[in-house]
Amino acid sequence: MKHFKKLTYPYVIWSALMIVVPLLLIALYAFTTDGNVVKKVSFTLENFAKIIEPTYLNVFWKSIKMGAITTVICLVVGYPLAYIISKCKEEVQGLLILVVTIPTWINMLLRTYAWMNLLADNGIINNLLSKLGIGPLTMMYTDFSVILGMVCNFLPFMIIPIHTSLSKMDHSLIEAAYDLGADPVQTFRKIILKLSMPGVINGCMMVFLMSISTFVIPKLLGGGQYVLVGNLIENQFISVGDWNFGSAISLLLAAIILIFMRVTKKIDVKEN
Amino acid sequence: MNKLIELKNLTKNFEDQQVLRGINLDVYENEFLTLLGPSGCGKTTTLRIIAGFEEPSSGQVLFNGIEISKVPPYKREVNTVFQKYALFPHMNVFENIAFGLNIKKMDKNVIRQKVERMLKLVGLEGFGSRDVTLLSGGQQQRVAIARALVNEPKVLLLDEPLGALDAKMRKDMQRELKKIQQEVGITFIYVTHDQEEALSMSDTVVVMNDGEIQQIGSPTDIYNEPENRFVASFIGESNIIEGTMVKDYLVEFDGFRFECVDKGFEDNEAIEVVLRPEDLDIVAPDQARITGVVRSVTFKGVHYEILVETELRTYMIHTTDYAEEGRNVGLLFGPEDIHVMSRMGGY
Repeated sequence: MKHFKKLTYPYVIWSALMIVVPLLLIALYAFTTDGNVVKKVSFTLENFAKIIEPTYLNVFWKSIKMGAITTVICLVVGYPLAYIISKCKEEVQGLLILVVTIPTWINMLLRTYAWMNLLADNGIINNLLSKLGIGPLTMMYTDFSVILGMVCNFLPFMIIPIHTSLSKMDHSLIEAAYDLGADPVQTFRKIILKLSMPGVINGCMMVFLMSISTFVIPKLLGGGQYVLVGNLIENQFISVGDWNFGSAISLLLAAIILIFMRVTKKIDVKEN
Repeated sequence: MNKLIELKNLTKNFEDQQVLRGINLDVYENEFLTLLGPSGCGKTTTLRIIAGFEEPSSGQVLFNGIEISKVPPYKREVNTVFQKYALFPHMNVFENIAFGLNIKKMDKNVIRQKVERMLKLVGLEGFGSRDVTLLSGGQQQRVAIARALVNEPKVLLLDEPLGALDAKMRKDMQRELKKIQQEVGITFIYVTHDQEEALSMSDTVVVMNDGEIQQIGSPTDIYNEPENRFVASFIGESNIIEGTMVKDYLVEFDGFRFECVDKGFEDNEAIEVVLRPEDLDIVAPDQARITGVVRSVTFKGVHYEILVETELRTYMIHTTDYAEEGRNVGLLFGPEDIHVMSRMGGY
């Protein structure tokens, strides 16, 4: 294998250029003023001090809260689904997993636009409800619509890792638990759930990370006034033009994600 | 001895395949019973029906006289040692063994005592806090046995438990399992395809083939008095010769009449004769009626395996005496070496 090592050089250079350099630039921007003019660099912590302002802290808090709610809903909906799929015959399992992943083949933007049509005040759902004499309900531009959009977009990322850990579980372990006197509920709690924990943790991590950093879904389903961290960063770069502040927020978000990953990894190690 | 388990007319179909065709079997208290047969004979399915993992398609499973075929496995007084041990990977040795007792919500101190006693029984004292995934195959096997036995089941079911061990370890574990069975004094139902394992450990051997029981008997009965061609050829090596039972104690094959010890067949009934290779002696041609030429000699360690070609067939002989190839020899055997079996059954 050793003489193939040279073949990785182009990849290393490509990664360095496309991943490491932009990251370093973000870090540089975050700690400087007037970042658009790189020639006269002056370091500052002002950008971070600005985040502590209540308006911005609230945005962080709200993002984490929405991320947590989305993760919990995805887990509650996704675990039973993954469990049911893993109980099916092998051929059926493949098909069901395909069904779960099909939505991700379609651009997220399109799927979100579709939800806008469904949820709008004069949209399909409200039309149907009015036929039953209910409504119209305001569903668009609320926490509900944003969470719904996030759950629908991120659910496959919860189901797949859980399904993987459930389906690779040795069935004789479940039989062994029954054999030793554990009823189906005890077997689920003490064996199946415990052994699927790595999948649960992976799924939660992915869904949480994606939901606290998304900006398309809150923008489209939450409306222009709806601001999560992702939108805040986008605004700083696109509308406000304060790249330095935007970079500082990005860096802080990255730090939060990193801490979160460390914590979940610790739990993962402890579980096993 | 009391009957503990009775299987009555048990059948099992998987989709359109019939894997059990009417199994009738009684298992007694404190018995070491082995289900022996080639793979696909239905022995594991029979065990799984007793454990409760499969429901029979028809027939009854009686436990102490009570029908249990619809009782779920977690309510049965049997425990299983699985083929690949099925130890819980997220628990250590102690937690694995204590699993069943914890389910029963026993007192922590009692659990500790019981688990320690089991660890001692299987020779794993001081292993309680070890990670089960880091144990050797033999050690995992012992944990699996301890985990099942600690629940003090009436019956221990063992599904080819030594299959994954190397030859030396298997021999040791065979002896140890027999010792454990005698110490705890409970019924063992043991599934294996290894005839030597079955003969050396069991009180009763049940030979199965193609979803049917071929013969039930003690290891010596099974070996010395096989009831049909299948049992004779599956257990050990044998020369099987078609012949006729002239009358009680007189059998005819290969053109000669021989005295034998078998009776109870009809006069002139077509039968088959089993001659075990180790029961045949090679003598000078004029001292025996069946004669032939030595065709091959293979050294097997303890004995030579010699093939002698006669006019009608080739006999296999196991003997410690050497006979060079090409020599004319006679084959000598006594009345008690001839085992007559009916041509019905088997294949």
